[in-house]
Amino acid sequence: MYEETFQAMRQSILDGAPEHAAELAERALQLGIPPLDSINLGFVPGMNAVGEQYGCAQMFLPDLMASSEAMSAAMAVLEPVLRSGGGERPMLGTVVLGTTRGDIHEIGKKLVATLLSANGFRVYDLGADVATDTFVAKAREVNADVVGVSALLTTTMAGQRSVVEALTRAGLRGRVKVIIGGAPVTRQWAEEIGADGYGKDAMSAVALVRSLMQVAEGV
Amino acid sequence: MRPKLELLEPALVQRILGEAFQLLMEPGVRVAPSAAEMLENADVRVQEGVAHIPEALARTALAHAPREFWLHARDGRRAVHYGGDDVHFDPGSSCLNILDPETQQSRPATVADLVRLVQVTEGLPQFAAQATAMVCSDVPKDAGDFYRLFLVLWYSSKPVVTGAFSAAGLRPMLELLAADTGGEEALRSAPRAIFDVCPSPPLNWSDFASDNLVELARAGVPAEIVSMPLAGATAPVTLAGAAVQHAAECISGITIHQLANPGAPIVWGGAPAIFDMRAGTTPMGAIETAMLDLACAQVGKSLGLPTHAYLVAGDGKLADAQAGMESGMSCLLGALAGINMISGAGMLDFLACHSIEKLVIDAEAIASAERLLEGIQARGESLATAAFAQAGLTGDFLKLKETRALFRQEQHFPSAVIDRGGPQSTASGDAFQRARQRVADLVHGYQRPYLRPEIECELRQIAERELWRCGRQSLIGV
Repeated sequence: MYEETFQAMRQSILDGAPEHAAELAERALQLGIPPLDSINLGFVPGMNAVGEQYGCAQMFLPDLMASSEAMSAAMAVLEPVLRSGGGERPMLGTVVLGTTRGDIHEIGKKLVATLLSANGFRVYDLGADVATDTFVAKAREVNADVVGVSALLTTTMAGQRSVVEALTRAGLRGRVKVIIGGAPVTRQWAEEIGADGYGKDAMSAVALVRSLMQVAEGV
Repeated sequence: MRPKLELLEPALVQRILGEAFQLLMEPGVRVAPSAAEMLENADVRVQEGVAHIPEALARTALAHAPREFWLHARDGRRAVHYGGDDVHFDPGSSCLNILDPETQQSRPATVADLVRLVQVTEGLPQFAAQATAMVCSDVPKDAGDFYRLFLVLWYSSKPVVTGAFSAAGLRPMLELLAADTGGEEALRSAPRAIFDVCPSPPLNWSDFASDNLVELARAGVPAEIVSMPLAGATAPVTLAGAAVQHAAECISGITIHQLANPGAPIVWGGAPAIFDMRAGTTPMGAIETAMLDLACAQVGKSLGLPTHAYLVAGDGKLADAQAGMESGMSCLLGALAGINMISGAGMLDFLACHSIEKLVIDAEAIASAERLLEGIQARGESLATAAFAQAGLTGDFLKLKETRALFRQEQHFPSAVIDRGGPQSTASGDAFQRARQRVADLVHGYQRPYLRPEIECELRQIAERELWRCGRQSLIGV
């Protein structure tokens, strides 16, 4: 019955229009649309469409960033209402991200954080030059499902192995998946160090986390 | 007339510089504590690690920086002139992988690969300088920077473009060069190597980059700023906007460098690139990347400074038609811009991979570009009438003395990498296969340049000491 509103929500995400997305979220609350419906029937399908359009080269990275901003703007309106009603947006999972010790590169990793967040994951981005122990401590603290470790240099790739080993030592490896990424990283390297997966770009990182978390298509 | 290409109107150059000086004040430049102290002593306001550099101080530093200097070959000969519109090329630096010519797959580079590349480069006159081209996977990580330089000095007599990835890595490299050149004073007066020093975009001189700038300045060893704004990602998206950031990074680096030692040699250089908005990559073969490189070099030239750029690289994974197209185009553009040192030949995959076969193909593009720079000249008293007076309407110009006397000056003769038919042509295989043969021929014909036994001994001792420190008992690849 609110199909027009949901359609406008989808479009606001595709347009990358944060103010409009927030406005639509407000209006939906006034109309009495349950926040979860706005999220699941309006804004999330918008993000899914963005992913598809990026995949077929109709949208570009700045468009993706804008869409993610729009998603965040909508969620900033809806989430407090959800929480005050005792509810919460069901997150698809919790992800801790960071770039390895000694490596200051983080464009790609920031992109992954933004896209995971927009796609319904709770993301803790530890930034760049992150010590191995910090990854482990954060993973334990937030009960992470996935730890993502980025490295741009071959010299700092070794830090990805350290994180895998440290999580094993900490006894967390059974319940925490490790994904790796960065320009010199390959599937073979992921296998060699015992990581659970590797993504060649930010969009494939989202697909990877979804598959590791066994999230069904369209959710 | 020598052909020359400029992409910026003079007024735009001034606008770029004007905004760059504004950026130096606001938001300022992040600097390491060592540089911060030096800047504060020069009355620069430094707050929370960010230096706000006034234009007047930066202009003074720019005025102190030398307009030209030379890199020397091992025999002391002046070999590379940084200054004016002189153009030189060197292979790309510090990549991680090599394209295996047998499997056509990228794999981690080894000492054997670097030695082979150095040997091939030694035999190609198109490369005025060597580069510490690859990070060798079979060398202990902590000795990596040092050992690459050691191998190049061991196998080559040409000047070297090099660099250090850490502050600690620089000292033994300078020691090695001093041993090679005949002492610290000789290294200062006739340097053989230049060190790339990279700010982190945007506007950040990290600890080791700041420290290296200062240490190189004090040692009098040339430094080459390799500023790499990525337009749209770590820099403004427009080419002119990214050029402003590049200028601000270079000027702030030169300010730190010249405060440490006024008059020390430094180069306005970089590896700026666009950021591909679809793939999230930094394509070195994109035309806009070449345009940005040219624009940045033009700004440096307007200040009278020696220049450097990163061109002649391709982004695909193979030394194929794409690589030839991208590298050939940017090679020509860089040469036309009169950039003093153009790094990047041989490289593929966004500077992650070297191909020695590509290097010899690129050498052909470089030779063509060098021919272009010679331009079209009037040779002799008449252009054509004297030749016609002899040949008349027979069309038999091949017989003329003038033809025989001048054709070598008029025409460049490529190696067998370029198929032009004729007796040299094997007519089999593609350019890559011909390049493989050329590499094999160059390696076969390579002779290690003479190195005085006492220098050889000293280089060996330093190398052994450094490897020992990293837990390795014996030298690799010598």
